[in-house]
Amino acid sequence: MDDTINLTFWIGGGVFILVCLFMVYCILKFSYKEGRKVEYKPEDHKLEKILTIATTVGVIALLAPGLIVYNNYINTPKNALQVEVNAWQWGWQYRLPGEDGILGTAQVAKITDDNPFGMNLDDPNGKDDILIQDDVLHLKTDRPVKILLRSLDVLHNYYVPQFRAKMDAIPGIISYYWFEPNKIGEYEVLCAEYCGVGHYAMRAKVIVENEDNYENWIKEQETFSDLIAKQENNKLKTTLVAQNND
Amino acid sequence: MSDEYNQQNTPLEAQSSETMSGSSGTPSKDIDYVRPAEIPEQDLYHGHSFITKWVFCQDAKIIGVQYFLTAVFTGVVGLILSWLMRLQLGYPELVPFITAEHYYQFVTMHGMIMVVYFLTALFLGGFGNYLIPLMVGARDMVFPYVNMISFWMFFIAVCVLMASFFVPGGPTGAGWTLYPPQAILPGTPGANMGIILMLISLSLFVIGFTMGGLNYIITILQARTRGMTLMRMPLTIWGIFTATALAMLAFPALLVSCIMMTLDKLLETSFFMPSILQAGEVLSYEGGSPVLFQHLFWFFGHPEVYIVALPAFGIVSDLISVHARKNIFGYRMMVWAIVGIGGLSFFVWAHHMYVSGMNPWFGFFFATTTLIIAVPTALKVYNWIITLFKANIRMNTVMLFCLGFIVTFVNGGITGIFLGNVAVDIPLSDTYFVIAHFHMVMGIAPLMVIMGAVYHWFPLVTGRMLSEKLGKWHFWFTFLGAYSIYFPMHYLGFIGVPRRYFEMYDSPYVTSAVGMNEFITLAALIVGFSQLIFIYNIVTSLKIGKPAGKNPWKANSLEWLTPDVPPTHGNWGEKLPVIYRWPYDFNVPGAKEDYITQTTPPSEVINAEVEKT
Repeated sequence: MDDTINLTFWIGGGVFILVCLFMVYCILKFSYKEGRKVEYKPEDHKLEKILTIATTVGVIALLAPGLIVYNNYINTPKNALQVEVNAWQWGWQYRLPGEDGILGTAQVAKITDDNPFGMNLDDPNGKDDILIQDDVLHLKTDRPVKILLRSLDVLHNYYVPQFRAKMDAIPGIISYYWFEPNKIGEYEVLCAEYCGVGHYAMRAKVIVENEDNYENWIKEQETFSDLIAKQENNKLKTTLVAQNND
Repeated sequence: MSDEYNQQNTPLEAQSSETMSGSSGTPSKDIDYVRPAEIPEQDLYHGHSFITKWVFCQDAKIIGVQYFLTAVFTGVVGLILSWLMRLQLGYPELVPFITAEHYYQFVTMHGMIMVVYFLTALFLGGFGNYLIPLMVGARDMVFPYVNMISFWMFFIAVCVLMASFFVPGGPTGAGWTLYPPQAILPGTPGANMGIILMLISLSLFVIGFTMGGLNYIITILQARTRGMTLMRMPLTIWGIFTATALAMLAFPALLVSCIMMTLDKLLETSFFMPSILQAGEVLSYEGGSPVLFQHLFWFFGHPEVYIVALPAFGIVSDLISVHARKNIFGYRMMVWAIVGIGGLSFFVWAHHMYVSGMNPWFGFFFATTTLIIAVPTALKVYNWIITLFKANIRMNTVMLFCLGFIVTFVNGGITGIFLGNVAVDIPLSDTYFVIAHFHMVMGIAPLMVIMGAVYHWFPLVTGRMLSEKLGKWHFWFTFLGAYSIYFPMHYLGFIGVPRRYFEMYDSPYVTSAVGMNEFITLAALIVGFSQLIFIYNIVTSLKIGKPAGKNPWKANSLEWLTPDVPPTHGNWGEKLPVIYRWPYDFNVPGAKEDYITQTTPPSEVINAEVEKT
């Protein structure tokens, strides 16, 4: 992707400089003098043809590599880890598929305090999903990641400048993109689609780390079944407390 | 049918100025250059009171000036809003009353005002009204009354827009693109009265503009004087004509999206609204598509860019040709490029949506169509600069603004190639690179043309010249200042600074942006204030400017050839002019003068070796 930017930069910059130099030449050479002999040539088909063809070739030279790169960009590698990003006004949370590698279905209409991701309770694929109610995401180095984007309210965009890639999160649709982090470190996530007053403050963090650290982090996270179990436990406790009080 | 037509035609032909003119040459030969008149002359309404003459006026020239002044007023409001934005970005917390809400309201109103109420109204309403009848040799627009209503609808639309600054909650802060769901939800400033007034104002604008637009198109197609064939029209008219045709096809998409969004807001329909969770509650909306709005908006929005750009292309071609004393190079190609760009502009809209979550396969199609547009656009640039080659260039204020336009436009066009090519766009979209690109290509470049055009046609409108000295100062401040503002923004975009950020805080990777932001803000303040030179020049020149006389630039086109300067109501006195040639016969070999006006019959310039047009 950076190569296509550089290619466009140098070809485009070259054309810009040529046009400017030609204009400067004309201004210096042909500024107004009474009685100067001026060329009268309304059209020059040969010149026009040459310029058309040259421009077309230039444009193809810029477009073709761009389309090849884009083809790679929209076709996710098979070994990509899936991460679902949930965006809302104004924050982020994440969901990972768990051991079965499949994300359970979820809907905005099902979201409650007890079910913050709107998970479908009947979907067995969702039981082992890892839920991260925090805006820090950990990723493994040198492993492609497929980001699946969901929004609970308005348009957002999960954007890490250093990863180059971005895509809007749209309520009602799941969009996606992928990238492969290859440099260990902490990166700032910015929302790149205007989403209301809090847009500029809608930040998050991505930590790219090696395999061991990543696995340790994963183990500490809660799955959907853990969450349900915890909630039932809590309910039981409150009822017990209530009974004791009676 | 054809018989009737001929009967009508004969008496008119007998009256034509051609057979009556007493020119000493050979009229039978000149007649090859003009076809007989086909329709009788129209009757004009002549106002008598102050109100019918100057307020509810039906003279296209005065309507043009009314449009111009109203648009400039909105432009000044837009400029002040941009200052406030820049103050926040360059010196956060310096102005304590600018909150995030206000910042987003300024961003939104600045964008909408500049694109729609300033540039569109100024080019088509202002220059279109003034120049079309004069340049095609008509006495007025074909529907003067509708033309008057058109301006007053625009005026009401501006009033409604300005009123939104004073309603509870203030104007909408949804961004000029007004993307739902955010535009009508409480998380956005002005989500009640603000957005409703914006949608009403836009709808009124479209209705008013349709009335004006039909007038421009029909006048150009039906009311041209004898001999003014389509291929003898100045490129200004070609630009305005094509832009108006685009507006007629594109604005309906904006109107329907405004109506649908108003319904979503007021009646809770779900055209653009899916299920949404707000403050823990699921709202009553269900099943609508936010992406649909984006498609409709950009189906209008992209042609809108060319609605602004094409008149600028046309006008700048004419200015360059007149002041370089040379015919515009490749006139026919220029015409076809304008029409081709106009047509293609309806097939590229989704290049604004590469990261919108639409089906990614669209990217291939829209990247290809977008880069195809680069070809005719590049040809226009070549033709402008080839026109300068072996010419006789007057380095006056008008020419400086034209050259400034070319430099700015080429810059903006090349960054357009970055953004049009989908793979290159993805890292750059929604960053300052985009801001730099569209301000260069459809902000500064058309503004350069507007300013050049004001210096060029001011003598026609007022009968007095503007000061050249002040004009040159104005140019250098504007040109260098605008570059100081937008050139650094390309860099900010490359390092990934996102747009529409009220504050960057201490993002680790943008520390180098702080000093640059301060610099840009200072430049913006200077450029804004330097426009006072322009206003001062206009105001003083109205009183003490050098009298212009007839045709001060020695131009060929028809607007300079009226019997009275400035032209009066009805434009042409007793007889309509007859046209024998295109408007670009400068420095024709064998001719005595370095220009031959469009009304000069071939018999008067016998030795000139003109290529027949």
